[in-house]
Amino acid sequence: MQLDTDFMTRHIPDFVHAAGLSLSIGGIAILLSLSVACIYSAILFFQVPILKGFVRAHVEVARNTPLLIQLFFLYYGLPSIGIKLSSMTVVFIAMTFLGGGYFTEVFRSGLDAVTKTQAESGLALGLSRMQLFRYVIMPQAFRISIPALFANFIFLLKETTIVSAVAVPELLYTTTSYISLYYKTYEMLLMMTICYLIIFLPLSFLLSCIERRYQYGTHGH
Amino acid sequence: MTEALVKLQNLKKAFDKHTVLNGINLEVAKGEVVVILGPSGCGKSTLLRCINGLEIVQGGNIIFQGKDITSDKKSWQQVRQSIGMVFQSYHLFPHMTVMENILLGPLKVQKRSKAEATADAERLLDRVGLLSKKDAYPRQLSGGQQQRIAIVRALCMYPEVMLFDEVTAALDPEMVKEVLDVMLDLAKQGMTMLIVTHEMNFARAVADRIIFMDQGEIREMASPDEFFTNPQSERAQQFLNQFFEVETGKGRDGK
Repeated sequence: MQLDTDFMTRHIPDFVHAAGLSLSIGGIAILLSLSVACIYSAILFFQVPILKGFVRAHVEVARNTPLLIQLFFLYYGLPSIGIKLSSMTVVFIAMTFLGGGYFTEVFRSGLDAVTKTQAESGLALGLSRMQLFRYVIMPQAFRISIPALFANFIFLLKETTIVSAVAVPELLYTTTSYISLYYKTYEMLLMMTICYLIIFLPLSFLLSCIERRYQYGTHGH
Repeated sequence: MTEALVKLQNLKKAFDKHTVLNGINLEVAKGEVVVILGPSGCGKSTLLRCINGLEIVQGGNIIFQGKDITSDKKSWQQVRQSIGMVFQSYHLFPHMTVMENILLGPLKVQKRSKAEATADAERLLDRVGLLSKKDAYPRQLSGGQQQRIAIVRALCMYPEVMLFDEVTAALDPEMVKEVLDVMLDLAKQGMTMLIVTHEMNFARAVADRIIFMDQGEIREMASPDEFFTNPQSERAQQFLNQFFEVETGKGRDGK
């Protein structure tokens, strides 16, 4: 088999552009999901009535339905009841819905992992529940959550491939379009794989470095 | 006798159906050191935890400085500032330095100025011989050091009374002394203290009054000399014998 390297080189700018789009969608989705998860974990920690039921329901739905279905529901389902959203809006809502649910679970297990005695120790000092959460529980829970949180960052970034299903020209969409236009299947798949590796290998490395730094600060006696 | 600082009236506490405290009556005067002894599971730790609201009681009253605080959730947060508590396993905050641990209460709860609170913390740290450790993290310190820091953390709030819940039980024998010395020192300065411990010699040395508990009730209340030389109840005699048998035991060959 002969690879058409000329064709590949010519399309590098397209792939760079698509990779940028993939990364921005993923990055923004991560930030939105983090914000949602922070609010949700506070609701769970303070056991806010009604809202905590809502949070639990969201987490369960997000974790137990495929992202593709969530996306289709928003993209094809909502217009039938008169709500029409742009594909980008749909993408961010769907990814935040998914990411928010997963990140909340990560934070929740982090909060659970902070021992009850830490809370008692803080309360004995006269801290309010809010101060206890802010100064004692949250910083520790966050550190505990970091490894699982980073794994979920990568997971969410990879999930961006799904949004090709609603015609957002990210990496996978770009690849499949060129394949159907020029039948350069191997070249395009190779380009896509290289793009993902260029994004994910350094990112994984960076995240595990940060992880190690934090672990160094937390463990050992 | 002056008005009691802490007064417990018919205090009752149960976990599900298991009664832990069965009608405790106790008055602690300002400046008094009360040591609570008793077998495991007799309710002595639970009693301490009830006094600063970490456990919710099912019956009776807790009166602190003449005010009934039993079921007023709002005032617990206020009251805890005046009740210092030290735990068996120190419970320092692992993500904060020694100084940050000590200053959290004074700065965030009492809203004191940083300069004043820091000066205070340094003075107290110096008193327990740990000023040089103020920027260390808890994990870098020995158990005995951590426990002394925990005492300083409680003291820096200017508590009216200090509760000590088996504070030397998790320590190596060599570190027990450094912690007990700090407590003796506090007692000499007139701090009101309630101490749960299994260190009998220390109990005898530090206490103004000994309380012996069993099965959720106070069985004996006496001066240390009276209690250790002439315990009234059979249960207390048995309890003390256990300790002295071990302490004076002759090992495998003795009889």
